[in-house]
Amino acid sequence: MHPAKSVIFFTTASGAGYGMMIWLGVLAALGEVYPDASLGIVTLGLAFALIVAGLLSSTLHLGRPERAWRALSQWRSSWLSREGLAAIIAFVPLGIFAFAWVVMGTNSGAAAMAGLAGAALSLLTLYCTAMIYASLRPIPAWHNGWTVAGYLVLGPMSGAVLLTAIFHLFGQSKPAAITSLLSLALLATGLLVKLAYWNLIRNEAPVSTAGTATGLGHLGKVEMTGSPHDNDNYLLREMGFRIARKHAEKLRTIAVALGFVLPFLCLLATIYLTGGLMPLLLSALATLSCAIGLAAERWLFFAEARHAVTLYYGEQAV
Amino acid sequence: MTSLPEKTDKKLGLVVDLDICVGCHACAVNCKEWNAGAKSAPLTDYDPYGKKPDGVWFNRVHTYETTDEAGHGQTVHFPRSCLHCEDAPCVTVCPTGASYKREEDGIVLVNEDICIGCKLCSWACPYGAREYDENEGVMKKCTLCIDKIYNENLPQESRVPACVSTCPAGARSFGDLGDPESEVSKLVAARGGYDLMPEQGTKPVNKYLPPRPRQDGREGDKAPRMLEHADDSTEGAGLIARWVDKILS
Repeated sequence: MHPAKSVIFFTTASGAGYGMMIWLGVLAALGEVYPDASLGIVTLGLAFALIVAGLLSSTLHLGRPERAWRALSQWRSSWLSREGLAAIIAFVPLGIFAFAWVVMGTNSGAAAMAGLAGAALSLLTLYCTAMIYASLRPIPAWHNGWTVAGYLVLGPMSGAVLLTAIFHLFGQSKPAAITSLLSLALLATGLLVKLAYWNLIRNEAPVSTAGTATGLGHLGKVEMTGSPHDNDNYLLREMGFRIARKHAEKLRTIAVALGFVLPFLCLLATIYLTGGLMPLLLSALATLSCAIGLAAERWLFFAEARHAVTLYYGEQAV
Repeated sequence: MTSLPEKTDKKLGLVVDLDICVGCHACAVNCKEWNAGAKSAPLTDYDPYGKKPDGVWFNRVHTYETTDEAGHGQTVHFPRSCLHCEDAPCVTVCPTGASYKREEDGIVLVNEDICIGCKLCSWACPYGAREYDENEGVMKKCTLCIDKIYNENLPQESRVPACVSTCPAGARSFGDLGDPESEVSKLVAARGGYDLMPEQGTKPVNKYLPPRPRQDGREGDKAPRMLEHADDSTEGAGLIARWVDKILS
């Protein structure tokens, strides 16, 4: 599948934004973060900015962005519609939570309830995003449980890493210690999920073949000798993206090293190197590294996914 | 409404005979011609007279070569278009309701006035039936020529999809595949018509008829190289012929 920048940005940015919201809601409900106004403005503001930027990016890549509101109508059948609705409904409790924190100076009681509701709806939105991909049968690399696990873990993971850096920036060592531990657990889980995912897509038996696509399999090997068109058409541009295996291997190494291993080591080091600027520098490095690693991971998620339509254009099995 | 109808009154669709198709692309060209002025008009072209012409087409003809274990090959021309699936995944993924399947005849259509151009339906279709129009910003697809098959201004025999009426070889048939007594259903039953990628669970309405088995070169399968002359027998010949035969021999 064509790795469109808008969708890579949308899923990674809004994933991190929702991840931040989830942990802010949980920390507030546990009474583990003081409702400091400037801390609230930076954390909640950045989370909102990431979510909105992601949603805008995905809306602007539509052929008819002015009709985007229509996408909210088919929630009975469409995961894309459900994602849009969940995203918008989530803004209500998250807005109340942010207002209470920043303007009224409280994040406990009713505000914490709103925060928890917002956290649940954020997780639901991430689940809907995952299901958009996981429900597509013609793309076996997406049509599996590891796709869902990936989105559900990587969003909260990147959110926790980012929050850790901000807490250190504000000298909030107590919540930073909690999000550090959360980050370590999620980075380890995230790496396991992605390794399992890559293992699955590499070793999974093909679902469809050129033989079943044409129904000519009983005649032997099916090869295309004449294409309907000389130039790439929409189908090939959108779904016929092919990535060289050596590039995939390299990018996978980058995704593992920068997305998971380096942030894990940095945050592990903050437990021992507590003096001066070290925790802030290390957690900032973890955030930057995680962002680059996840961009590579998401690019691969699209680039490595092969679509059944390619079987009509020379691919032997997907 | 992008939920699929429980059942449709008819299942209008196409039957493509791969034994007959000669790969002339006339169906694709007439499809383009009709639809460039029909419901989905304009059927956009990009750079039509330039070096890299491209555009939206609802019907594409591929050519495949099959090779069996003995090395025998066979060439098969393969027209590919929307199969108007019973469980059309392109319909249920649509977030706006623009993509729908008609209850009365099972035709899958796009309402271009409310399509937002998210392209998700084209991802959901395993057959590559949908093509996005970059200029209009909406998705387009085969309509089974709804503006032709129901057009009362046309003579009855012309009320078939453009690809069917134009096929010079008679490789394409149109009809109600939900009615077991229809001509197309009988054809499918007689020739072992099949679904493309049944494992995708889409339950296509359109059916493909397989190429008939080819001669494999063994004796007995071949046409005789020469006519055998029955010149040593007058059995069955008329009176004059027998008389002439007697004189000449």
